[in-house]
Amino acid sequence: MPKTKVIEIEPLTRVEGHGKVTIHLDEHNNVDDARLHIVEFRGFERFIKGRPYWEVPVIVQRLCGICPVSHHLAASKAMDVIVGAKKITDTAEKMRRLMHYGQMFQSHVLHFFHLCSPDLLFGFGSDLKDRNVIGVIAKHPELATQAVMMRKFGQEIIKVTAGKKIHGTSSVPGGINKNLSIEERDPLLKQIDQMKEWTRGALKIAKDYTVEHLQLAKEFGTFNSSHLSLVREDGALDLYHGNLRAIDANGNIIFDQVDYQKYYNFIMEEVRTWSYMKFPFIKTRGHVDGWYRVGPLSRMNTCGFIDTPEADKALQEFKSVTNGKPNHMSLAYHWARMIEITHCVEKMEELLNDPDLQGTDLLVKGERQAEGVGLIEAPRGTLFHHYKVDENDLVTFCNLIVSTTNNNEAMNRAVKNVATRYLSGQQKITEGMLNHVEVAVRAYDPCLSCATHAIGQMPLKVELYDVNNNLIDEKSKGL
Amino acid sequence: MKKKKLATVSLAGCFGCHMSLLDIDERILDLVELVEFDRSPINDIKKFTTRCDIGLIEGACCNEANVHTLIDFRKNCDILVGVGQCAIMGGLPVMRNAIMHSDDPLRECLDEAYLNSKYVYNPSNEIPNDPALPLLLDKVYTCPQVVKIDYQIPGCPPSGDMLWRALTALITGTHFQTSYEYELIKYD
Ligand code: SF4
Repeated sequence: MPKTKVIEIEPLTRVEGHGKVTIHLDEHNNVDDARLHIVEFRGFERFIKGRPYWEVPVIVQRLCGICPVSHHLAASKAMDVIVGAKKITDTAEKMRRLMHYGQMFQSHVLHFFHLCSPDLLFGFGSDLKDRNVIGVIAKHPELATQAVMMRKFGQEIIKVTAGKKIHGTSSVPGGINKNLSIEERDPLLKQIDQMKEWTRGALKIAKDYTVEHLQLAKEFGTFNSSHLSLVREDGALDLYHGNLRAIDANGNIIFDQVDYQKYYNFIMEEVRTWSYMKFPFIKTRGHVDGWYRVGPLSRMNTCGFIDTPEADKALQEFKSVTNGKPNHMSLAYHWARMIEITHCVEKMEELLNDPDLQGTDLLVKGERQAEGVGLIEAPRGTLFHHYKVDENDLVTFCNLIVSTTNNNEAMNRAVKNVATRYLSGQQKITEGMLNHVEVAVRAYDPCLSCATHAIGQMPLKVELYDVNNNLIDEKSKGL
Repeated sequence: MKKKKLATVSLAGCFGCHMSLLDIDERILDLVELVEFDRSPINDIKKFTTRCDIGLIEGACCNEANVHTLIDFRKNCDILVGVGQCAIMGGLPVMRNAIMHSDDPLRECLDEAYLNSKYVYNPSNEIPNDPALPLLLDKVYTCPQVVKIDYQIPGCPPSGDMLWRALTALITGTHFQTSYEYELIKYD
């Protein structure tokens, strides 16, 4: 085998969670391969077995502290099915929706301003010292302050709906355990106009960036793929509930309005020997070609329209850039994210003004079921939770496909695409060049933290070679 | 006052403790006046560039890499603070240590995720074995089991307010209050 040199980017920074990239160069310093690795294992799907089902919506959030609400709600939705709550009350659903929009808002703001904006404001290869949120605070204090206040608003919404900013407890099987008091509501309602104004500003930054750098965006980690998300029955964007829709790279429907209780008839996950993270694929297309993307970009591609006016206008602008065809640019995720916060802020205003939120009818129950699936459009994409519960109320089975896992193949392609473009044949590889690779990963806003819930596998053997290919160390663990 | 140097890391944790640190909200503008961040996931500093006054650790040790990182933090930080339940007690990750009636819980977790599930496509029935992946530990270890931890801030996560109080006390060298109002000491 020809000798290759391996460059590691570890740890990945300004992404949430733990991961690393390896880039393999051949003897001419051309990129031979590049991979994104997730380096942690939890085992959640096993150790949740035997726990009572009502604990699950609270425990499961500890997979991920960045979008805990998404796990809280996806698990709750699965448990609604288990307790036979075919339809939860309006108050419960609206409380959960408000919580979810708050979560989506804070998560997208965090990602855009705190983690990614340094790349966009200062350049992908700019000075390491500035290229972080502290650099943004120093050079664009007004923007940084807005970002902090916007995230705070989202967190406050979560606090009043979930009971706590991180790892809340309000959503329970069959509904919710609190409503929204007027005292909690009013201070938030007062801030909504300010939030709308700042959101418009953020949307403009993301849109202008993409439009002004369209050539770069078309080449930087861009490749054809299918896209998947939940959509409402009429095809509208719906972040909390809907049916599954998948389109191919040209925008043709692969499947539509699929009831997600049977998601496993359509989606499967492949295990590959070189990665800790599984690779989901659409069954009818097979494990080689069936991969797809999820998240804000995919949602813009799959949905027909958005049911709030400003966001829908933004969507039409977004679609015009690719003449209505699916947008395949990794960098366009940022713009799509800001369209979504526009939608969220419009929805939050609507809900804060809705008297149903002060309702007192919070819980329903029905005929107890043995199996339930809960899906939600989390900030990073479609999130799948699937449980079986026995007659003693204990969980006997759990399968999770977290949002980031759905983007596994796409992120690997983006890494390889950008590494090949910026590193191949270079005499000297600089930190700035390597950051380009991270920029590509960051566009997907991977939550490597939740992606580690069960993607580990015991490496049976670890071998260490010196430059002359002599084995110098070996570690193994008998399984 | 010379700025203190601060490093942070997430080992096997959910990142919630880091998120909670951001819940200090506007006070982050004051924080950057008081400290200079060194190695941390919020910037692109991947290895220590200097000795640090304070290191914040989120998460427990699940794999070899976590252990090395933690030892590296101990070496490079004067004061090491375990932040949150995972760092101190193992938190959610430690649930894999105690699976009823099992002598080898890790193995059971792995089998469940990869080999036993009918929802997984794994025709070779093989286990990923790339050398790029760090070796998993037989069980999850808490931070104090691996290195000396100077202070612990419990909670899952500790609230932003709690972190702010603790951090400013450490930075300015003032004594930590021994009694706090209920909201700050109620950890869940
Ligand atoms: S203590 Fe809680 S919030 Fe902190 S990392 Fe662990 S699970 Fe997440």
